[in-house]
Amino acid sequence: MSEVIVNINGKECKAKEGEYILNIARANDIFIPALCYLTNCSPTLACRLCLVEIDGKRAYSCNAKAKDGMNVITDNEEIQKERRAIMEIYDLNHPLECGVCDQSGECELQNYTLEMGVDSQSYCIKDVHRPARHWGRIHYDPSLCIVCERCVTVCKDMIGEAALKTVPRGGDLVDKELKDTTPKDAYAMWNKLQKSIIGIASGEESLDCTQCGECTAVCPVGALVGTNFQYKSNAWELKKIPASNPHSSDCSLLYYDVKHTSIKDSQEKIYRVNSDFNYAPLHAAARYGYDFENVVEKKDEIAFAKVIDALQTKVDTIKFNSFITNEEALILQKLKEKYGYKLVNEDAYAFGEFLNSFSQTSGTSLYNGDLKKVRDSNFVISFGTHLKNDSPNSGYALNNALAMNKGAGLYFHPLGDKVVQNYSKNITQISHKVGAEEAIAYLILDLFGKDLPLHVSEYLQTFHSTVKKTVKQEVKETIKEIVKKVVVDEESKEEKEIEEEVSKVVSKMVDKEIEVDQNALFQIAGLPEDFQEILEKYLDKKDTFSLIGGEDLYTHPRSQNIAKLLGLIQKHTDFSVLLIPSKTNTLGVSLICDLDAQGGKYTLGYNEKADITLSALGNGDLDMPALNQQEGTFTSMNKRVVPTNVALSFKGYCLNDIANALGLEAEFTIDYTKELPTDKGFEQKEFDSLENEFDNSGNENRGYSLHVKDTTSDEVVENIETVDVLDGDIIYLSNPVHQFSPFTNKAHQLNEAGALYVSTEFLEAKGLNAGDMVKIYNQNASLVVAIKLDQMLEGKIAYLPTFDTKLDVKQFFADGFRFASVSIEGAK
Amino acid sequence: MSLEQFKKRDATPGYIYFQAEEKPKNAWEAFKRVVRISIKGELFVGLWIVLREMITKGNSHTVQYPAEKLPIGPRYRAIHKLLRLLESENERCIGCGLCEKICIANCIRMDTRLDENGRKQITEYSINFGRCIFCGYCAEVCPELAIVHSGDYENASEQRAHYGLKEDMLTPLDTFRAKEQKEFPGFGALSENADSFVKKTPLAY
Ligand code: SF4
Ligand code: SF4
Ligand code: SF4
Ligand code: SF4
Ligand code: FES
Repeated sequence: MSEVIVNINGKECKAKEGEYILNIARANDIFIPALCYLTNCSPTLACRLCLVEIDGKRAYSCNAKAKDGMNVITDNEEIQKERRAIMEIYDLNHPLECGVCDQSGECELQNYTLEMGVDSQSYCIKDVHRPARHWGRIHYDPSLCIVCERCVTVCKDMIGEAALKTVPRGGDLVDKELKDTTPKDAYAMWNKLQKSIIGIASGEESLDCTQCGECTAVCPVGALVGTNFQYKSNAWELKKIPASNPHSSDCSLLYYDVKHTSIKDSQEKIYRVNSDFNYAPLHAAARYGYDFENVVEKKDEIAFAKVIDALQTKVDTIKFNSFITNEEALILQKLKEKYGYKLVNEDAYAFGEFLNSFSQTSGTSLYNGDLKKVRDSNFVISFGTHLKNDSPNSGYALNNALAMNKGAGLYFHPLGDKVVQNYSKNITQISHKVGAEEAIAYLILDLFGKDLPLHVSEYLQTFHSTVKKTVKQEVKETIKEIVKKVVVDEESKEEKEIEEEVSKVVSKMVDKEIEVDQNALFQIAGLPEDFQEILEKYLDKKDTFSLIGGEDLYTHPRSQNIAKLLGLIQKHTDFSVLLIPSKTNTLGVSLICDLDAQGGKYTLGYNEKADITLSALGNGDLDMPALNQQEGTFTSMNKRVVPTNVALSFKGYCLNDIANALGLEAEFTIDYTKELPTDKGFEQKEFDSLENEFDNSGNENRGYSLHVKDTTSDEVVENIETVDVLDGDIIYLSNPVHQFSPFTNKAHQLNEAGALYVSTEFLEAKGLNAGDMVKIYNQNASLVVAIKLDQMLEGKIAYLPTFDTKLDVKQFFADGFRFASVSIEGAK
Repeated sequence: MSLEQFKKRDATPGYIYFQAEEKPKNAWEAFKRVVRISIKGELFVGLWIVLREMITKGNSHTVQYPAEKLPIGPRYRAIHKLLRLLESENERCIGCGLCEKICIANCIRMDTRLDENGRKQITEYSINFGRCIFCGYCAEVCPELAIVHSGDYENASEQRAHYGLKEDMLTPLDTFRAKEQKEFPGFGALSENADSFVKKTPLAY
């Protein structure tokens, strides 16, 4: 898009053509009041506060698009009158309860009422009774709602669930006579306001969505708040601690809001998590999974000595997972270099191997996609991931692309997902056979590849065949007919019958034999009959392509070849490729640590069960700080190294103490930030120099981006190898949407017992009910567990979670692949 | 405001004027004055008055604290009180947190929660009197006239930190029922002309 210059209040502002004036003003530090607009979502024009004058005409800056040479005035007497009247109307019948309201102090209604100097009221209307609603983790008080529709908008355009909508308020209508005396926009706004209130789109009693809570974040007033936070603390007493989401690899910016626990207990406590909703949505686990800290009273010297002793005498392997910081990973790597410990980390190992193979064909050290690119694209493929559960933020990005860019998408996964289906009309779920991922990668190459290496295109050609097909075809033909006509002779006035020849066009259906190209990959991938047409429709006017790949691929029996195929996709198609690291810092660990495939005889576990265990969950031999008690950096899926700060103090030992006792020297863990390996793309930056915020124009000033390097590529890939078909019942390894690990399950708002999560279809097919106990078994393992209904799930494949440490589910997935074949039976 | 009181420049009733003796005009007159005073024995007059007052009963101005206490001005700012609502006996404090925020010595804290009736409940409220500078900001900012100062100035403590909790400050129910809860006329109380500042809001009913 071309650069244009827009003049706002006399200031020349550079902008992209078509950008909204409001965003341009914000980027240039010009204030325009606005209540209903959300960055990255569609403008709803509910509030009309953003009224400006563009080239002498009134316009709403949140939906006026920039054109070169535009002259914008953001404030004049007329605009002020409108704004003041709008605020008066918003304040109409608004309960005077700022004194107890949870939003007080950060309420946009409060702020704008003061900004516009509303000190008296000139309007009145009868109020209707609007009782409060309890919607699980979300509390809605309609009497505080100003119907800005931000909640509805964010749920639709960002989260993708469209769980909320405006419903009739049932109140009095605005007196028509007021039309002449009320400023125009204020009157229009009032009319709309008076008609609606927020309700649940499905008409259910309670909110039947994934309860991510983003609506509570965007609500400018106290109408939507977290149930748990209600009346807990006045907002201004909370200290905001900038951090990064510790539970999943989006590592979104979040703030821990902390304060002393109570008058009697001055220990700090996290009261809630806050976000910068205009730029970074949070998923349920990030928002509600904040209290997973490990509380210890003091340093346990005996346990510490025992661990040091074990490390010096017995331990030959350190087993850990990727819920750690980059700095901790570096400490482990340094210990390995110094003492030769083996480092075992399953998820980072699989991901690292996958990345290596990927680079072999792509010619880049890392994938080239990120969430912003997904959001900016208009054709997105999700592949090999239970997207909404594995990485809700990737789901948000996909949905945002569909909603905002008139995009289309394909979602390949064996498990059906109603949420994904609801993203848009223009997304097709293809629930393929388990194991068909390799064929799908080839299919994508076949459909979108350009200048493919010869052996690949030749191989792809083998799937194509020409078949003869009879189709009914419409043919138009001209036929001549003789018609008899009666004419009156002009002269004789006599009627005469004459014959005339006329020609006319008729169409008729004929059977015709045509030659069509048949692609055997369609069948292998399990594509619907009309796939070709769907695709053609979807690809119309599409120019920006993104592909999201996930954990199913890294653990796939054919993962290395799939990685290489994805590398080719990045290189030879228009797709940018984003690979979702399976855990928070899987990418960081895989880059920093030199991991081993196999462990040795005596293992020290860090947050993993082993012979001797360090645990931030509080169930090991030595307590470690949880991620909300540590400072350090994560490497996010966006290939960004982002900082996180200490929300709560920890009184015990941390990994750095252990390393120091073993002979490394660093005062703080973050002393290692500047030592992160530069050959892997890290920078030599001090932790304290890293920023963690979005600026007014939405730029992500968070840490720094990893440097992606070019590598040598060879483009050699293997042919498809058929994977054993799984028979019987199939289970999948995945967590429900709000859980990621035992850490999220430690948080009091998320805590639950793990179960086998199933769809309604599954229950019907098996004749079981939610809550029943079932026995899951195969030749290696068996487990008795309750079943829970996942309303969003479709199809017969059920999934087992990893968040509940009481359930040993790994036994079914011995080779790491996320699918396993078992038998499931009802049990008493 | 009436300016009358400023116009009356002579002293207010209650003051007694006395005509002082004329000053000596020259050295001779000054000498005569010294001799006169010396011979008069005025020193003994004074000594006699002291002796007389000493032995007269019930004539002392010394306040016998702590057995005896002086009344305190109504606007004096001493130890805080939390008042109850006149109509319902309920606590006035709504937990808005303004006092906590404004407190210049940062010595107020409160715990709140959602109670069973869906209202905000103040489960505990404390002021650290060891830090409080008795500035009166909290009483002034309180929208509910809930936190006020009382005349209880006796707050000696063995420790620097000295917490007043809600139970210490809240008007006890029996005091309240005996109608002994006093309004505070100081900072933050409504002025007598408060009504004249209120603007009317149109009503649809
Ligand atoms: S929503 Fe805002 S204006 Fe309304 S009571 Fe709450 S703080 Fe006050
Ligand atoms: S609930 Fe909040 S975000 Fe939703 S319409 Fe009402 S005020 Fe706006
Ligand atoms: S200002 Fe008054 S009402 Fe508000 S918390 Fe303090 S005492 Fe309670
Ligand atoms: S009198 Fe001043 S210092 Fe004391 S509690 Fe009130 S605001 Fe704080
Ligand atoms: S922000 Fe533009 S109409 Fe509300």
